[in-house]
Amino acid sequence: MKRKEKQQFVEHRLGERRLSRFIPYLMVAPAMVFLLVFVFYPMLNLLYLSFFEYNLVNPKKKFVGFENFRNILFVKTDFRACFYNTAIYTVSVVILLILFAVMVAVWCKDKGWLNDFATTAFFTPHIIAMISCGMIWAWLMDENAGVLNAVLSFFHLPTLRWLNSSKTAMLSVVIVSVWKSLGYYSLIVLSALEAIPAEIYEAAALDNTPKRREFFKITLPMLSPQLFFLLITITINSFKVFDTIRVMTNGGPGSSTDVISFYIYRYAFIHFRIGIASASGVVLMLVLIILTAVYFKGLSKKVYYQ
Amino acid sequence: MTHDTERRLRRLPSDLIKFAVVLLFLFPFYWMLITSFKTYTEAIRFPPSLWPQHFNMTSYVTLLEKMNVLRYMKNTLIVTLSCIAMEMVVLVPAAYAFAKYEFAGKSLMFSLVLVAFMIPTQVTFITVYIMMARARLLKTLLPQIIPFGANAFGIFLLRQAFMQIPEEIVESARLDNASESKIMLQVMLPMCKSTIVTIALFSFVSHWNNYFWPLVMTNSEAVQPLTIAMDKLKDVEVGIDWPLIMAGNIVLVAPILIVFIFASRKIISAFAYRGIK
Repeated sequence: MKRKEKQQFVEHRLGERRLSRFIPYLMVAPAMVFLLVFVFYPMLNLLYLSFFEYNLVNPKKKFVGFENFRNILFVKTDFRACFYNTAIYTVSVVILLILFAVMVAVWCKDKGWLNDFATTAFFTPHIIAMISCGMIWAWLMDENAGVLNAVLSFFHLPTLRWLNSSKTAMLSVVIVSVWKSLGYYSLIVLSALEAIPAEIYEAAALDNTPKRREFFKITLPMLSPQLFFLLITITINSFKVFDTIRVMTNGGPGSSTDVISFYIYRYAFIHFRIGIASASGVVLMLVLIILTAVYFKGLSKKVYYQ
Repeated sequence: MTHDTERRLRRLPSDLIKFAVVLLFLFPFYWMLITSFKTYTEAIRFPPSLWPQHFNMTSYVTLLEKMNVLRYMKNTLIVTLSCIAMEMVVLVPAAYAFAKYEFAGKSLMFSLVLVAFMIPTQVTFITVYIMMARARLLKTLLPQIIPFGANAFGIFLLRQAFMQIPEEIVESARLDNASESKIMLQVMLPMCKSTIVTIALFSFVSHWNNYFWPLVMTNSEAVQPLTIAMDKLKDVEVGIDWPLIMAGNIVLVAPILIVFIFASRKIISAFAYRGIK
């Protein structure tokens, strides 16, 4: 009797073990299915569609080889214009954000209620919907009744046409993006600042190092891994900009604020040319892949001097 | 005069400047709130008034009665909460398996998770839209929910948290004859409560604020969320009704701001953690 019980127990455990080999697969299966269906298949399908002429109205696909790529890169000028605009936007946002983020972080480094309040305040726009930020600023920048022009005319300065002029539209969009993300990126710099060992500063103080020299010779080099992270993250995010553009300018005036993701959206949903949209999507994806590769390559090299 | 007060006095000018800069930075929020209470004629008067003549509720009444803002809000709420719920159900076992089990193909699958994290919705939407159109789901809320089933970043975060729990705790629970699912849900999960809250917060903020995805995935009014409703307010040819738009944005922004005011430290440290990882 006793032996039989034991035998049953052993068999039970064995069966459990055999079953348990499949348990990890069962546990990751839902996640993998979702990723394959909604991320990886769409990616591969995008690549596939980029070789076809295809629209949503007429479901017949026609294979055209690299024609779509040739079209957007060499024949049509609108994609190149979008790429150029995206690059301008990205470079401006990257420079301004990194500059201001470091400034804010250094400025709000010490403990105290005012600095807590300041970092919280700077962070607030980051969790607000991008389209709300866009709309609030579109209202502030309104040509006729906006606050910004009221301030300019109060100081007897010439008023600007902001979003209504192709000269200032991109600048206006950049301002909103910087305002929205400044708090987030300065937070990253701030936590990096806090991680710098106090002894280094103490040693510098003993040597009577001037503040400026201390900043350029100690703080900045110690921040370099985070600044590199910021550089890549902001660049990647800027290449994906959509919400502000769509809400504030719709790509205009003319095509002065037309950017890549807006171009993809426009060709897919307004012109219904899926092939062109997919080819542009592939180009965007390639840019992002290159940026990410640069990031990991840079990470493996020494960016950190200690 | 003590040394401390002297130092404080010396810092006063720079503190005042800092305070002024912060107020200036927050001014757009103030302006959104104030404009929402103005009448249309007062709002477009130039130069603008810093305080409304009297607090006018017309815009909010319009939102409620003509715009049916509650229906859009209901959609946003359903989508946001379903996304969070579904993500949790999918990511907890996945993160646990990645953290605590060894199995063939594990590193390949995990690198897929990491790669997925980098692929933007701005390129996947075309295919997903075609899929949803073929499945005839575009008139439902599902296209806004199902594609977010696997939260790659959430899996990554929770895996880290699970990995930090010492193996002995799992072993001792196994000796007590606790089943694997019980160990996961009743022993390990409560120890990762703060990571779960972090993931849920990110999810809440990103789904509540999402604009691009519903813009492409909905073409019937009945399933549109708040963000799309706000967008439609602005899509008029003449005389944009700024008080109405600002009131609408107050409705969109208020829930997030209220959560932020009560949990700002928690939210800020969660975002900082994400940035450093």
